[in-house]
Amino acid sequence: MVGIVVVSHSAHLAEGIVELAKLIAQDCPVAAAGGLEDGSFGTSYERIMNAIESVHGSDGVLVLMDMGSAVMTTEMVLEDLSYDDIKMVDCPVVEGAVAAAAASSGGLSLEEVLREAQGAREMRKF
Amino acid sequence: MNSQKVVEILHAVSKKIEEEKDFLTELDNVIGDGDHGINMARGFQKVEEKLDTLQTTDIGNILKTTGMTLVSTVGGASGPLYGTAFMKAGMVVAGKEELTLDDFLACMDAAAEGVKMRGKSTQGEKTMLDSMIPALEAMKKAKEEGQDTPAVLQKGTEAAKEGVEYTKTIIATKGRASYVGERSIGHQDPGATSFTDILETICNCVSA
Repeated sequence: MVGIVVVSHSAHLAEGIVELAKLIAQDCPVAAAGGLEDGSFGTSYERIMNAIESVHGSDGVLVLMDMGSAVMTTEMVLEDLSYDDIKMVDCPVVEGAVAAAAASSGGLSLEEVLREAQGAREMRKF
Repeated sequence: MNSQKVVEILHAVSKKIEEEKDFLTELDNVIGDGDHGINMARGFQKVEEKLDTLQTTDIGNILKTTGMTLVSTVGGASGPLYGTAFMKAGMVVAGKEELTLDDFLACMDAAAEGVKMRGKSTQGEKTMLDSMIPALEAMKKAKEEGQDTPAVLQKGTEAAKEGVEYTKTIIATKGRASYVGERSIGHQDPGATSFTDILETICNCVSA
C-alpha cells in the first residue's frame, strides 16, 4: 500500500487528519508530521523525514502539505532522501488525505493515489 | 576573509537577529503569522551551538552546516528559504578557506537564486528578494567601479534598506502575507528586513 504523510504547521491538525483518513482506511499506513519538536507551530524537517520513513514501503509515499514552509521543507526532505517513489501532491489537505487513504487501501498505485488526491480539488461540498 | 572571520560574522548575525527578534515578530504579526523573529532567533541560536562544535576551516562546509541547521530548526518559511540560501552559497565556495569579494558576490548570487527557486518567487512580491536582489546588484556595480570591500558592502546595505522601504509600497502575493492582500500596503516585509539585518552585520564586521 502507498504510504501517506500529512504535513501541517499544527500537530493537532496533522494528527486529526490522520485520524479521519484512518476512519476511511484503517489498514493504510498514514503518518502525521505536524508542528515542531517543542510543541510550537511550524514545520519540522526531522518530523517530515521520520514520518516518510515510517510509512515508506515498496509502493512509495504520497505527501500532503498545508502551506508555505510545509511545502518548502517537504521539498528539501525529498531532495535529501534519494528515493524516486515519493511524491508531493497539491490538493486540499483534508479531502485529499481521505481520498488518498481510500485509494491506497484499495490497492491503487502511487500515480493513481496521487490522481485521487488531486481529484479532491474538484470535490464540491454542495 | 578567512574561515575564522566567517564564523565570527555568523555569531554576530545571530546576536543581531536576537536583538531584532521582537521587531521582526511585530512586523510579521501585522502581515504574516507572527513568528519570523522567534523562528529566526531559534534557528541562529542552534547555528551558534553547531558552529562551536564544528571542526573545519572549509567555508563551504561552514555555510552548508549553517543552512542545514536553519532548515531543521527554524520551523517557518524562513527555514527552507534562508537554509537554501546558505546551502547554495556553501556549494559555491566548497573547499575554500579564504574568500575574496568575488567569492562573496558569487555566494550572494547563488543564495538569491536559491531563494527564488525554493520560494518560486521573484522580485516585486514583497519578500526577502526585494532587499536581496537590489543589494546584490548594487554590490556588483560598486565592485565593477573598483570600490573596496567595505564600500561595496556599504552600498549593498544601503540598497537593501531601500528595498525594505520599497516593500511598504507593494502588495504581498507570496507567502502568508498574501492572505492580507491590499492591507499589506504600508507595512514593510519581515523577510526583507531580516536579510538587511544580516547584510548590515556582515558589512559592520568586515569594516570593523
